[in-house]
Amino acid sequence: MSTEILMPALSPTMTEGNLSKWLIKKGDNVKAGDLIAEIETDKATMEVEAVDEGVVLDLLFDEGEANIPVNKAIAIIGDPNEKVEVKKESPEEKVIEEKKIEKNIEKKIESKKDQIIDTPSPKIEKDINLSSEEITMRQALRDTMAEEMRKDNKVFILGEEVAEYQGAYKVTQDLLQEFGKERVIDTPISEHGFTGLAVGAAFKGLRPILEFMTFNFSMQAIDQIINSAAKTLYMSGGQINCPIVFRGPNGAAAQVAAQHSQDFSSWYSQVPGLKVIAPSTPYNAKGLLRSAITDPNPVIFLENEILYGLKGRVNNDINFSIPIGKANIEKEGKDLTIVTYSIMLQKSKEAASRLKDQYNIDAEIIDLQTLRPLDKETILNSVKKTNRLITVEESWPFGSVGSEIANIVQRDAFDYLDSPVIKVNSADVPMPYSLSLEKLYLPQVNDIIDAAKKVSYIK
Amino acid sequence: MKKLQKADYIKMYSYMLKIRRFEERAAQLYGMGKIGGFCHLYIGQEAVVVGILMTIDKNDSVVTTYRDHGHMIARGLDPKRIMAELTGREDGYSAGKGGSMHMFSKENNFYGGHGIVGAQVPIGTGIAFTHKYNGEKNICRTYIGDGAMNNGQVFEAFNLAALWKLPVLYIIENNKYGMGTSVDRAAAGLDLYKRGEAFGIPGEKVDGMNVFSVIEAADKAGKYVREGNGPYIIEVQTYRYRGHSMSDPAKYRTKEELDNYKQTDPIEIVKAEILKKKIATNDEIEKINKDTLEEIKIAAEFATNSPFPNDSELYTDVYL
Repeated sequence: MSTEILMPALSPTMTEGNLSKWLIKKGDNVKAGDLIAEIETDKATMEVEAVDEGVVLDLLFDEGEANIPVNKAIAIIGDPNEKVEVKKESPEEKVIEEKKIEKNIEKKIESKKDQIIDTPSPKIEKDINLSSEEITMRQALRDTMAEEMRKDNKVFILGEEVAEYQGAYKVTQDLLQEFGKERVIDTPISEHGFTGLAVGAAFKGLRPILEFMTFNFSMQAIDQIINSAAKTLYMSGGQINCPIVFRGPNGAAAQVAAQHSQDFSSWYSQVPGLKVIAPSTPYNAKGLLRSAITDPNPVIFLENEILYGLKGRVNNDINFSIPIGKANIEKEGKDLTIVTYSIMLQKSKEAASRLKDQYNIDAEIIDLQTLRPLDKETILNSVKKTNRLITVEESWPFGSVGSEIANIVQRDAFDYLDSPVIKVNSADVPMPYSLSLEKLYLPQVNDIIDAAKKVSYIK
Repeated sequence: MKKLQKADYIKMYSYMLKIRRFEERAAQLYGMGKIGGFCHLYIGQEAVVVGILMTIDKNDSVVTTYRDHGHMIARGLDPKRIMAELTGREDGYSAGKGGSMHMFSKENNFYGGHGIVGAQVPIGTGIAFTHKYNGEKNICRTYIGDGAMNNGQVFEAFNLAALWKLPVLYIIENNKYGMGTSVDRAAAGLDLYKRGEAFGIPGEKVDGMNVFSVIEAADKAGKYVREGNGPYIIEVQTYRYRGHSMSDPAKYRTKEELDNYKQTDPIEIVKAEILKKKIATNDEIEKINKDTLEEIKIAAEFATNSPFPNDSELYTDVYL
């Protein structure tokens, strides 16, 4: 009997891996626990152990092959004395098998991302400095930090695993090598303490970039963020500012459940003294992070773990920045307005494309980019044109950013509205673990389409 | 340690007296409704901050709790503007937006005045981090109340300071009560200065009613920290004569206990030393007393005559 060894999922967000190295060869006798291969994931290179025993009958991929989907067979082991049926797939079978795998993966990632590559809006395509190469969001963030650290030695980064480990999500890769341990600083797991320390350093004139491994852990430090960082300029009558960036992944990752999947956008957006940014593409991540680092105020920079692998073209000018407080009209349209930010931009784009195809609805999409200060003008101008508004965000519904937008629009554009504003949010429950429930919890493309139909009075 | 000069004795006496007269006047203004909110007085603890003052370099940084009036006076800040902050006027150090608990003077390296118990400890550690990052020889003195010594972030800060050898001097002002709860009802283990031991931070207990003891300890500790050896903890045994804040009748302690501490009044100790050493005569001391009273009276007048902030100030200083 032969057994297939499958490409393992080595992180919650891994959908495919690269086969860096085989540690076995055909004919080897493999025991459970033996190392069989090195697999490179989106986060790290890891060794994989055998769970079953037998002789290696076939290696199905060569070393160096990339983008092998999770759950795809990569090797076959079994008893060589048995009449082995190394299943040679017929071409049709192969297609069916691949489809099956793809479908599985699709199912697995549907709740997480709809597209891997960002299609830039027409406006961005006109950017004459647009790179020919597509880079990931994590690279865009990394490059921007490195560029700013080269310009100003008061900029330094601290956080858990940012230095020697190269970042829990590889966002700080190679920064330690370039800038040394005085400026790329591993902290112990003490968010409250090191956040207060970084705030004190910012009061005294440094420009810290503080990475929360995820924003879930910022709750341990939230007193220092709100009571110290956000309020001291005011309490000191304008004497002491706090030029600091709090950054890291926010919102749901993939099946990490309630304590590790939470969207803090409305929490921080409520606080005067803080600026809050939520990038959605590699392009705006670069421009917005530069603005955040050079801003003299405390900035909450909400990244998204699922988006770290999102690829897109960027502006490589080391002075390119996107102003804080300015939304981007991602797609122009005339029938209704979708206001969104962060990861929900991709889902909103997918929904807009289906709305056009299936219902001939021409949706305008506004990507907020900055949540505080909010670009009311762009939202109101759009609503005055389309007369219909839906907001799409990953956070809980109560008191969300969309709630505030709905309030502003009913107050300042009441006469322009042809239907009530509808908010699309996550379910009003803690994030469940199970894949099926997680998908239900998160806003999906269909939820956006349903909301769009509702504001358009389409049954 | 550098031998104290005659002028030093006079300086200590004047500053301690200035703090006391300031606090008494603040209590009066509070009673008149000129000062609102929370107001925490420093009466009884003057020797702590004045003892530390004698060892400080003007480029050193200071950060403290909400019981901060004395720390500002000892930093050489203007009592008129401190009092004007207490009355919420535009001439206050925070332009009337901070109040008693949240005062700052960046140009004098005074970083507050923090209202959340314990929060100033990581912040002071971060200011020390900056001194080191910038290659400066300065240190940050971070004051901590005994109540904060049971607060988690304090130990996170101790760990970071010891791990990275930061130039921070922690001064625990143990005035025996965290609001109405005595130290022995709040802290398991009463030697607060030993709480850095696990991190390798040396600590020392000092009589905080006696300014000379404070100077000696602060000098030694300051040198240790300035030489790059990392943090140091001084626990100063002191006592506040008044309640936790103006609204606290302090019924959790006996009159005898209070009177007992008043026997070792820090100002009287310095005065006795001055007279004993014949540094000044009784008449000269009287003149200082009179001048100080007058200075604080002027400060109170200034603070009650300074205008309230302009309404438009409500929306300034939120962002730079």
